Amino acid sequence: MLKSETIDVEAVRRDFPILKRKVHGKRLVYLDNAATTQKPQSVIDALVDYYSRYNSNVHRSVHTLGEEATEAYEDSRRKVAKFVGAQAKETVFVRGTTEATNLVRFAWGEKYVKKGDLIVATLMEHHSNIVPWQLLAKSRGAVLKYVGLTPDGELDMGSLEGLLRESPRLVAFAHCSNVLGTINDVATICTKARSAGATTIVDGAQSVPHLPVDLASLGADFYAFSGHKMLGPTGIGVLIGKKRLLEEMDPFEGGGEMIREVFEDHSTWNDVPHKFEAGTVNVAGAIGFGAAVDYLSRLGMDKVREHEVRLLDYAYDALSSLKGFHAYGPEDTKKRSGLIAFNYADVHPHDLATILDEEGVAIRSGHHCAQLLMRCLDVSATNRASFYVYNSYDDVDALRHGIEKAGAIFKV
Amino acid sequence: MSSADIYRELILDYYRNPRNFGKLEKFDIQAHDTNPLCGDEIEMQIRVGGENTIEEIKFTGKGCAISQASASMLTELAKGKPLEWVRQVAKEDVFKLLGNPDLGPSRVKCALLGMKVLKTGVYGYLGAHYDDPDGSV
Repeated sequence: MLKSETIDVEAVRRDFPILKRKVHGKRLVYLDNAATTQKPQSVIDALVDYYSRYNSNVHRSVHTLGEEATEAYEDSRRKVAKFVGAQAKETVFVRGTTEATNLVRFAWGEKYVKKGDLIVATLMEHHSNIVPWQLLAKSRGAVLKYVGLTPDGELDMGSLEGLLRESPRLVAFAHCSNVLGTINDVATICTKARSAGATTIVDGAQSVPHLPVDLASLGADFYAFSGHKMLGPTGIGVLIGKKRLLEEMDPFEGGGEMIREVFEDHSTWNDVPHKFEAGTVNVAGAIGFGAAVDYLSRLGMDKVREHEVRLLDYAYDALSSLKGFHAYGPEDTKKRSGLIAFNYADVHPHDLATILDEEGVAIRSGHHCAQLLMRCLDVSATNRASFYVYNSYDDVDALRHGIEKAGAIFKV
Repeated sequence: MSSADIYRELILDYYRNPRNFGKLEKFDIQAHDTNPLCGDEIEMQIRVGGENTIEEIKFTGKGCAISQASASMLTELAKGKPLEWVRQVAKEDVFKLLGNPDLGPSRVKCALLGMKVLKTGVYGYLGAHYDDPDGSV
């Protein structure tokens, strides 16, 4: 069992009530953390506490409940910002990473991207960091091009530099690939992009939950991540942007809270970040997100990372000896986050996932919202096992056992 | 549900050696669909013979064992039948071909993709529209 030097997995597991449940009579082995993570009791308690003790709207009411809810909401903003080395004033609560990229598409893109401009994304992006730019390119008459990949599943820096010579308006890329696990060198890419005059947006959905991230040293103009992939509730995430950019941008949605004054023919906008938080916000979600960040901060992100690297090394050893096992992405575990996408002989990922489910093992199978990458790898689907703080070597053993069972059924 | 029950010998045989797999040089009906959840993909081609029968039928595709085996089995069943027969085909017929496995809701969509493609193509040829009752199968 993993202990002492990284994190005490047994103690962590006790904090997650869902891990007590059985699936098909078997212990739940949850390895679908890149899709969404489970929630510790402290996050569940934070939601219950808000709804049972001080439920109220925020930034409106002067009564006690309103004051308490507002304080808790803003306290969570400060916690989430501090967790990644950012300022609360540049931290906008959104529904998740997808809403963050769409916010930038509308509020920044529609204002600054002109006909003929170049937008650069990469072939390893999640659809949430591709489709908004396709829509933006279409509405503005801009051109969208992609950075290619090396055979090892890293960004092809030659391809990037070639595109930067065409002076793109925007460069959009993931900090970590949700399929390959590749950790991209955000600081270097942002420096190069800035020299080329481009604004950068970084999808941090798969990095912030798994690595220590310090935005002050990365230099991204926009950086986004989701709460539910890091122990928090669904429906809450953040867009962190340079304050100057957020101030210059147009609003995203119009409505209550985002205005300063409303006249018959025009309105003026509230200060950032409130300018981008129209309507009643996800108060409970934000408070739960704050509790999730507290939990991860107590564990320490260095230790979370170390724990996942150990699991990765153990999983590579356990799985790569299986005949017909093929993993994607960089082999060096120092270059990848805690997930393994793989295929196994001619067993289709959905068939494998069904057989694993019967063993209580939950993995993701499919295209992982990364169809450009699937075509690049020349596969229609892959399996993906993704680890988190409550996973143990036993979980990896259960995964291997389930794959062996599939091998027996399919006579691999 | 037992995976040994779902992945019986017959299904694996059709997955690895699909019958009627390929393309027709001449065809009157062609239809294609995907399962957005899985990325399963099926394309069918039909040559219509005398008295509106299915003279020849072939399919291509990629995806899980359930989707590919069920499409292949369905083409075998359909061959030689009148086009009107396609209107009568129901999901229970497909399940029967597969040996009535206990599939979960998401895997049912894999099993029924071939039927959806067959119906979409034939209904269109007959001047009708197939309105899939199971939504995004």
